Amino acid sequence: MQKLPLITHSALNKTISWRKGAPILVERFLADVAYLAATLPAGKHVLNVCRDRYHFAVGFAAAMVSNKVSLLPPTHTPEMVQQLQAFAADVFCLHDNKECDIALPKLSYPVIPDISAQPQVSHPKAQQLEIPLQEIPQIDAEQLAAIVFTSGSTGTPVPHKKSWGSLVSNVLAQSERLELDSGTDYTIVGTIPPQHMYGFESTVLLPLQSGNALSSEQPFYPADIAAALTDIVGEHILVSTPLHLRLLLDADIELPKLSMVLSATAPLSNALAHKVEASLKAPLIEIYGSTETGQIATRQTTKTEEWQLLPNVRLSARDGRFWADGGHVEIAVPLNDVIEPLENDRFLLLGRMQDMINIGGKRSSLANLNHHLNNITSVIDGAFFMPDELSHDHVTRLCACVVAPNLTAAQILAELRTRIDPVFLPRPLLFVQSLPRNSTGKLPRNALQKLIIQHMLANQEECST
Amino acid sequence: MIENNTALQLEIAELMVQALNLDVAAAEIEPDAPLYGSGLGLDSIDILEVALVISKQYGLQLKSDNENNHQIFSSLRSLAEYVATHKTK
Repeated sequence: MQKLPLITHSALNKTISWRKGAPILVERFLADVAYLAATLPAGKHVLNVCRDRYHFAVGFAAAMVSNKVSLLPPTHTPEMVQQLQAFAADVFCLHDNKECDIALPKLSYPVIPDISAQPQVSHPKAQQLEIPLQEIPQIDAEQLAAIVFTSGSTGTPVPHKKSWGSLVSNVLAQSERLELDSGTDYTIVGTIPPQHMYGFESTVLLPLQSGNALSSEQPFYPADIAAALTDIVGEHILVSTPLHLRLLLDADIELPKLSMVLSATAPLSNALAHKVEASLKAPLIEIYGSTETGQIATRQTTKTEEWQLLPNVRLSARDGRFWADGGHVEIAVPLNDVIEPLENDRFLLLGRMQDMINIGGKRSSLANLNHHLNNITSVIDGAFFMPDELSHDHVTRLCACVVAPNLTAAQILAELRTRIDPVFLPRPLLFVQSLPRNSTGKLPRNALQKLIIQHMLANQEECST
Repeated sequence: MIENNTALQLEIAELMVQALNLDVAAAEIEPDAPLYGSGLGLDSIDILEVALVISKQYGLQLKSDNENNHQIFSSLRSLAEYVATHKTK
């Protein structure tokens, strides 16, 4: 059976993470993983909600060396947590936040004594130590490392299993495409959480499997991003989204030199791509992928609008849509985007399929959101509506129409908040007499759009008179 | 001082309503109700958008001073206090 190493760093005194302005060496990481692994409860499934990216990485690694599976759901609402427990009764939550209110058995990330500190290791002129092979855990390629969930269309999350082998081959292909194995040491700073598939791959697995370092921070405001980058000595890669990049540039603050910028979750406009490269003086690479497939293609947006598939990944048309398979994609997966294939390994992305929703990197479907809305007691009928997007770099919000004469907007929003991620909450939520369903009970998009426009115009008139 | 902050609160509330196209009048936003989550219902995307408008208007950069990014946005009052302390214009 093939075994693959937990990390690919070449020496024990290589930096694997930057945390609070100081490097953490491989040796310390391995000691932390062993310590935490010995502390984990018996359950086989871990919901790792650690905010600190280093804690998350240690938690993920400790779970793997103990043959446990990390669960990565799309949101942490009370309903989702209940569903995870129904999926895996032994699930426990690993967290690093005193106020964590997730209703599962909890383990707080422990204070781990630094038993690895050796004077010769911390000495700057120390010789690179040969890592004794037995110190780097070797993980079975077929071991189930993570289960990533999508929200599905019936209210029940859909699990997608990720073996260690498929995760590794995915980020090795990415590392090769981005030329991260060239001998330069990079530190990866991410504005996205490690629990999101893109963050999991590009800010956790990628540094662990390309001999680079991850920043423990999850900077939020533009000034936090600048501070996180400034705190780290050496070469930086920023892993972000169109939304964060637009706000970072608009904030007009000074940033240290970057080696590369990665963006994913939504396509970036060509104008923003040029602006990013000009201001940050680094190539901007966009990544295309999904929770089901992992990342499958890249492009440098200022050079071409064509996406190039990662090595060995293929697209094929079947049943009116495109499927990805090959490479790390072990079972063919249908894509949720409209695609135009080009020569060889290239394609164009034409847009999302009608039912799919992606807001700030969180994904759902209208079917799923409608299911939750109609499941609220006293909601007689209801439907979400996604307005046409004005721009890729701005976030467009959902509206919803609801028939619920006995409820207030606040009651409905409070109910929805326990069931769906808050980015999907409707703005506005419109109360209507009935929905314009046709004779088969279907709700045509243009009829719903007409109803919404009428309502918004009527509301505006009310306000101005 | 209190009077100034009340004026500042209203000014900030107006910026917020405008930036986010909120379905509520600025004067109706309670100074002590949470802006994030269950109160006004802002999420982190809104907070980043509002932070940008505020940073331009008052010449400051918002920074997370602890683990909780949304602390400054816990209420209109706390946001106005933050702006009053850090503003440069």
